[in-house]
Amino acid sequence: MLVKRAAGDTRRGTLTAAFTTSSNGGLDRRSFLRRSGLAAGGLAVLGTLSSGGVRKAEAGPPAPAGEPVTLRKNVCTHCSVGCTVIAEVVNGVWTGQEPGWDSPINRGSHCAKGAAVRDDVGSERRLRYPMKLVNGAWNRVSWDQAIEEIGNKLMEIRQKSGPESVYWLGSAKFTNEAAYLNRKFAAFWGTNNSDHQARICHSTTVAGVANTWGYGAMTNSYNDIRNARTIMIMGGNPAEAHPVSLQHILEGKELNRANMIVIDPRMTRTAAHATEYVRVRPGTHIPTIYGMLWHIFRNGWEDKDFIRQRVYGIEELRKEVEKWTPDEVERVTGLPEAQVRRVAELFATQRPSTLIWAMGQTQYSFGTANVRASCILLLATGNVGLNGAGANIFRGHDNVQGATDLGLDIITLPLYYGLDEGAWRHWCRVWEVDYEWMLSRFVNKTFMETPGIPSTRWFDATLLPTEQVAQPDTMKAMFIMGHGGNTIARMPEAAKGIDKLDLLVVCDPYPTTWAVLSERKNGTYLLPACTSFEMSGSRTCSNRSLQWGEQIVKPIFECKNDYDIMYMLAAKLGFADRMFKNIKVENGAVSAEDILREINRGGWSTGYCGQSPERLKAHMRNQHKFDVVTLRAPKDDPEVGGEVYGLPWPCWGTPEFRHPGTPVLYNTNLPVKEGGGTFRARFGIERNGVSLLADGSFSVGSEIKDGYPEFTLGVLKKLGWDKDLTAQEMAIIQKVNPTNPDAVAWSIDLSGGIQRVAIEHGCSPFGNGKARMIAWNLPDPIPVHREVIYTSRPDLVAKYPTLPDARQFRVPNKGFTVQKSAVDRGVFKQFPLILTSGRLVALEGGGEETRSNKWLAELRQDMFVEINPADAAARGIKNGGWVWVFGPESNSKARMKALVTERMGKGVVWMPYHFAGWFQGVDQRSKYPKGADPIVLGESVNTLTTYGYDPVTGMQEPKATLCQIAAA
Amino acid sequence: MARMKFLCDAERCIDCNACVTACKNEHDVPWGINRRRVITLNDGKPGERSVSMACMHCTDAPCAAVCPVSCFYTTADAVVLHSKDLCIGCGYCFYACPFGAPQYPRIGNFGSRGKMDKCTYCAGGPEPDGTMIQYEKYGNDRLVEGKLPLCAEMCSTKSLLAGDGDIIAQIYKERVVKRGFGSGAWGWMTAYHQGIAV
Repeated sequence: MLVKRAAGDTRRGTLTAAFTTSSNGGLDRRSFLRRSGLAAGGLAVLGTLSSGGVRKAEAGPPAPAGEPVTLRKNVCTHCSVGCTVIAEVVNGVWTGQEPGWDSPINRGSHCAKGAAVRDDVGSERRLRYPMKLVNGAWNRVSWDQAIEEIGNKLMEIRQKSGPESVYWLGSAKFTNEAAYLNRKFAAFWGTNNSDHQARICHSTTVAGVANTWGYGAMTNSYNDIRNARTIMIMGGNPAEAHPVSLQHILEGKELNRANMIVIDPRMTRTAAHATEYVRVRPGTHIPTIYGMLWHIFRNGWEDKDFIRQRVYGIEELRKEVEKWTPDEVERVTGLPEAQVRRVAELFATQRPSTLIWAMGQTQYSFGTANVRASCILLLATGNVGLNGAGANIFRGHDNVQGATDLGLDIITLPLYYGLDEGAWRHWCRVWEVDYEWMLSRFVNKTFMETPGIPSTRWFDATLLPTEQVAQPDTMKAMFIMGHGGNTIARMPEAAKGIDKLDLLVVCDPYPTTWAVLSERKNGTYLLPACTSFEMSGSRTCSNRSLQWGEQIVKPIFECKNDYDIMYMLAAKLGFADRMFKNIKVENGAVSAEDILREINRGGWSTGYCGQSPERLKAHMRNQHKFDVVTLRAPKDDPEVGGEVYGLPWPCWGTPEFRHPGTPVLYNTNLPVKEGGGTFRARFGIERNGVSLLADGSFSVGSEIKDGYPEFTLGVLKKLGWDKDLTAQEMAIIQKVNPTNPDAVAWSIDLSGGIQRVAIEHGCSPFGNGKARMIAWNLPDPIPVHREVIYTSRPDLVAKYPTLPDARQFRVPNKGFTVQKSAVDRGVFKQFPLILTSGRLVALEGGGEETRSNKWLAELRQDMFVEINPADAAARGIKNGGWVWVFGPESNSKARMKALVTERMGKGVVWMPYHFAGWFQGVDQRSKYPKGADPIVLGESVNTLTTYGYDPVTGMQEPKATLCQIAAA
Repeated sequence: MARMKFLCDAERCIDCNACVTACKNEHDVPWGINRRRVITLNDGKPGERSVSMACMHCTDAPCAAVCPVSCFYTTADAVVLHSKDLCIGCGYCFYACPFGAPQYPRIGNFGSRGKMDKCTYCAGGPEPDGTMIQYEKYGNDRLVEGKLPLCAEMCSTKSLLAGDGDIIAQIYKERVVKRGFGSGAWGWMTAYHQGIAV
């Protein structure tokens, strides 16, 4: 046999030689341990050592002699965990990936997607140059021609139908800077029809959670789950959707011997690691939570002090919970009393407990109520505002948190300022544009202040008669940047909608479903955008930390980055000078740093004011200094001392104020200046004679030892703290509101002085209020159970009907009529299987990118439906065989393979939602531009999903509908 | 001298396939060849567990014992490698391997096999390090650069461990002691004729 040239090869040496410092002759233990990814026990402390002794070396195809290898650092674009990607670049080509050991978030790890991102850039299926559809054929055009023609068409639609007839659909895959710019673009165009994937992802979370305690975001962090003693996952499958989060969950579970409870209709990969798995009927979240609360209240397991000091509305909640006796809970959810009681006891008594969720709670016609019920459970058990507890809401896309924060949304301007005149005036001050000019861009003041149409309803706004759409005309043009078409429910209707548009522009690294779904022959443009790896900018992970990604390689082929594309179009439309007034543009290249600085200057409401590009870059340089559990750097570090990794918002005040960021929201155990806080006093100071301010609870070091309202200059004056403002700060406050400076609040004070002074006195700028169990501004102030629109339990509809029909967001929501009709027609008899959907680890979102990535596509080559063996046997369906799935609306049908598995309970089937390119049995591969078709095509689950919209946000209902399946 | 091994902690593996794509990415392994893959046992049932599998670089490797052209060799670090120049694609090693590691590209219409391909422990093959010819036949040699196999380095939950057998056994032992359970070092008895006693 051959013996390896161990002795003779001196050019590079053997492994042994590489560890010359080693004492045992084989390995340097420290660098070895670091690389072998240890975890538990005493060895774990070594995990944060920086890699020393091992020399830097190149991987990937070997670099030609003399070519230097550059390492560049960016962030994975596939989920909200925010894993650091280290790229090796040779001669402008991305040749390899190395583990990002220094990141406290992923510590070198990736999932299938993160380990394959190199092919997101290098994929041969990328769109290479602008394309235009002419009589059904794709033609290459130049950027100049495309922008010229698109701009002219947009202006023509603006003249004829008004600015509201153009829809600006943005992306959760934007950087923060691009998301902000896209929202600003829609404002300068003159519409609020500006949305992105958060609509179909966590819009209900944002609405429900913000309406409970102030901000609609994950309260703690992935890392902080390591502190939990009970981890309950309801409506999420992080093992597939957020795999690297499992590193923290499983290590925490092992180190604390924590309980890990998974409540899900499907025995997921996450459930396989649970200490208790609870199989529940889809759409029964509220009864499950109330069933738990019934036992909690009955046994006195609630946190009475916490409730008294920090919670409003417990009595009304008790009344609702009383109705959910164990018998009723079992009748509706199918869960036995003993299991509900056991889970409730663990959650309430083995604290800190965290509740984790994703789209299994949000994607319902009552999604907002669902997440409010979750918050209520956390409040009742005192599990908010401390380490190891909290609402750990796992967002989906890599920057869906940031894009949401930056107002890529129909109901608000950036950073949750809303749409009222005050909000517009605030942003006009930041943008340094005249408010009257901004007003002139809109149809009128009413439209300027009225929420737009949700992305889930764009095709209804296209197809419905004009008089049913509450704007001057129906939707005529869609301008889509980085958003799949197959992720929105009711695709047969969407296909008709696409046909009817005057103009369709898809700006994306891939052609996407939009390009092939309809029978369009003209009026369609594909603009090749680059990925986030080919540009620089920041992105916000689920835990609110911002990470700066540096450009790895220049955009390939003729691709351009989002900033430059928006600049080109703004120039064509005539508002580039105003829009980019304070943003540097050199030879058409927009400065991402300048955009972030502008966000900083206006982002007071959410604490996006302190994360300057310089500070974020310093964090990326110093990643190894941050602790894996607390995410904090040592106090004495010269660059990032005492700061929390990524300066999680709120990061108060100006960058110079050096607030460390807030690792855990509403945490009274820390001074505000060090990242502590209180519940936001957002809902007034009293209601019906009852105070809404905290009662005897305050953050450490607060000079006000009780609840207090939000800060304004007037409040500072009452406290005598206004004298702490500098003359410069006072001058800026005076300028914000010259007639009544006392009314200037912490959130619109462009100097940051009010925030600074409040925090110096130990107070939260936004006040110290109680969290609300009753949200009186929502349709169900206390969440109540409602059956899904297409329910498997028509017998329950009489008692638990959906809300009455109403008009929301400029279009009708006739859920009640649809539900009633489905019950009356006996739809359930014809379609007796519950259809729910979810995510696969190898693919993401609509799958346009991941199905075009050769390493990921290979892992999932077919669309399939998971079905229980009993249901399969009854239909003669074999594992791996082809089936037709029929939906209850639009005569929809889809052809796919069957995966027969006990993972599914009887009567429930599951499909992944990443596929597209087949529509109702027809392969659409020939309709893609040549060479830009994804490697893998398949039917979309949303061909089968049905009507159902949350009244608060317009969220769709793809998590529970009905279907029938037959062997094909 | 280090004795390199793999250890997959089945209590940690979540079937995320990072190991699979990391391998593909590092070595540009072509479509259809899987040097590493994840196998799930009791799929969808209570007790479901996943394990990541590749060549385990066995002690007394059975592949080497049956190879008619003696293309296998064991390095000083106990990594089992082979020469594609000698390999005749006969497929004997596939039958001998207890882990299903050997892979063969299809090169003709009648299922004829090309040269065998398998996990190299990111240690390349007999060609000189850092050359294109080595890269094309076997992929990168990370070991010589002081790095471990990328699959283990990138594992999402630190389930897949690679490195000196004694050290990864120690890490695994500490985990089991701390958490109080463990389903055993999967495949070790078969590959290395020894388990890990806790």
